[in-house]
Amino acid sequence: MSTENGISRRAALMKLGLLLNGIVGIFLAVPIVRYLLSPVTREKKTGYESWLSLGGLEQFPAGQTRLATYKNPVVNAWDGETGDIACWVRNVDGQKFQVFAINCAHLGCPVRWFAQSNLFMCPCHGGAYYQDGSRASGPPERGLFQYGYKIEDGKLLIKAGEMPTPGQPVAKKAAERTTCA
Amino acid sequence: MRLIQKIGEWFDLRLQLGESIRETAAHPVPRDTASWFYVFGSAALTCFMLQIVTGILLALIYVPSAGEAWNSLQTLNHGVSLGWFIRALHGWGSNFMVAIVLIHMVQVFLFGAYKFPRELTWIVGVFLLLVTLGMAFTGQVLRFDQDAYWGLGIGASIASRVPVIGPWAVNLMLGGPIIAGATLSRFFALHVFVIPGLLIGFVGVHLLMVLKLGINEWPMPGRIVRRATYMQEYHELTHKQGIPFVPQAVWKDIFFSGFILLAIAVCAVHFGPFGPSGQPDPTIIQTAPRPDFFFLWLYALLSFLPPSAETPILLIGPVIGIIVLLALPFVAGEGEKSWRRRPIAVLTILLVAVGLGTLTHLAEHTPWSPVMDAWSSQPIPPEFLHGRTALERHGALVFQAKQCHNCHSLDGKGGQRGPELDGVALSLTEDQLIRQVIQGGGNMPAYGKNLSPAETTALVAFLETLHPANQKPARNASQMALGANEASPR
Repeated sequence: MSTENGISRRAALMKLGLLLNGIVGIFLAVPIVRYLLSPVTREKKTGYESWLSLGGLEQFPAGQTRLATYKNPVVNAWDGETGDIACWVRNVDGQKFQVFAINCAHLGCPVRWFAQSNLFMCPCHGGAYYQDGSRASGPPERGLFQYGYKIEDGKLLIKAGEMPTPGQPVAKKAAERTTCA
Repeated sequence: MRLIQKIGEWFDLRLQLGESIRETAAHPVPRDTASWFYVFGSAALTCFMLQIVTGILLALIYVPSAGEAWNSLQTLNHGVSLGWFIRALHGWGSNFMVAIVLIHMVQVFLFGAYKFPRELTWIVGVFLLLVTLGMAFTGQVLRFDQDAYWGLGIGASIASRVPVIGPWAVNLMLGGPIIAGATLSRFFALHVFVIPGLLIGFVGVHLLMVLKLGINEWPMPGRIVRRATYMQEYHELTHKQGIPFVPQAVWKDIFFSGFILLAIAVCAVHFGPFGPSGQPDPTIIQTAPRPDFFFLWLYALLSFLPPSAETPILLIGPVIGIIVLLALPFVAGEGEKSWRRRPIAVLTILLVAVGLGTLTHLAEHTPWSPVMDAWSSQPIPPEFLHGRTALERHGALVFQAKQCHNCHSLDGKGGQRGPELDGVALSLTEDQLIRQVIQGGGNMPAYGKNLSPAETTALVAFLETLHPANQKPARNASQMALGANEASPR
């Protein structure tokens, strides 16, 4: 066996070994990436949103805006209080409702309702909204986020399950709805 | 004594490290660098080591679970002996670390230390700044209270604005659809494993380069850095006139590090740990979340950016900032080092410092936020009501009841979101006041639908009284012409 042959054989074996590791690496990378992306893929497959009850209609008198809370549909046992989400329910005229997300459309801080001046105000950067959720002043670019709602057996149901943020397609659609109305 | 020496020799024969450690310690440095200006890098490292030690101590008790984290912090504060002190050391250590890293960066910039051949040292330093800020932000999240919860909401809202992948970025950041257990777990993994790993790696490379390339010499005005000659010149500074780092330069580092540790401990004892504030319960909405000190400037900036410019500035601004920092040593890799001959460098530092300082100061007072309880807790000062008519006093009542006071101040009390109204009658006529109240505008909501005509009349009558006694309120030209003879303040 010549030295030359020996070296080339070992070099070839080293390359083969690297190739083997590369293949195994790709083999491992696929499940790792899928594991990491599971919050995104889950959202695309089944969606995070579902219909949730906010309770009987009698809790929401006509012409008033009331705070309501619900348990997020997707929760883990260790989520604690973070699984409880608040929202503002406006009973427009006894027939029509508006359900606003608690999150300011600017950067997500919790907006508060002031029944005296019929305004929602945000404590963070000073955003303000009218009673119908449309933007009144401050840094928000748009009105409050709204959940879709329906009434069944005297109960108010909303379609929720995901924290609304300004970039969401759902949020954008809702904004168009608000401006149309 | 001889026994210790023998044990040392036993280890050194097997480790073979003694010689290189001695060489490294005694490596020559330029004489002028044994200065109190050259102590910040080592102080930042000292802070980092304190953070590692106190972080591990906290991890003995802390529970990274959304349901339990807040309770475990309470246990640390109140249930474990001196748990509060370890939390305070970690919290103050974090603030000191960010501050010292920033000071170190300013010193390096003003002393031209980023120039040839230390470009890569600077670039790694920029990454060290970023991971240090990353540690500060993720650490704030682990203090899982109301500020942390809503701070995550702000982070998610910013992430969602990234074009195309925004909504996915939110899910990835939160680990699901909402801020919950998965969110805290991933921030725990970032704060405890990922970012510290990066930090240790970057610190290693940073230190290695400082040792291999040598510490930056004291910048002398007129001593120009040129790629062709610098290495030779630096070699002369170190090997002909230099001094050994240990012990001739290092004693200042040791003293300053000790002083910083003492300062952190004193702050920890005197001011105690940071929070936690209220429970991270999103149904408690009576809260005004605020970020930690080193992110306050951002909080202020987000209030002042015009809505249309906000998203581009938020997304492009940081990228530009980082590119500028990374490009600096390539743009100005040669030339004058001394800050005495670099007025633009000095001006840049002053401008950035004044800008960040002003924004931080503003964020501590949040003049842009309505004072949520001003309408019910801050009465109108009596001098604004004395001797007024029934209608005007009714207007004052409307002013309180409709929460005008939340955004407008009278005699310095109330919100500062809108202009103070102490002398509003001087600048707006009656008609203009009515129009402003009903239609809003200039960042004020329109109150037309929320006020009855009678309420508007009363409110404007009250606003018309808001002028100094010796100055007449503003009048329309038409009013002046009609009632010239009887023009007198109501």
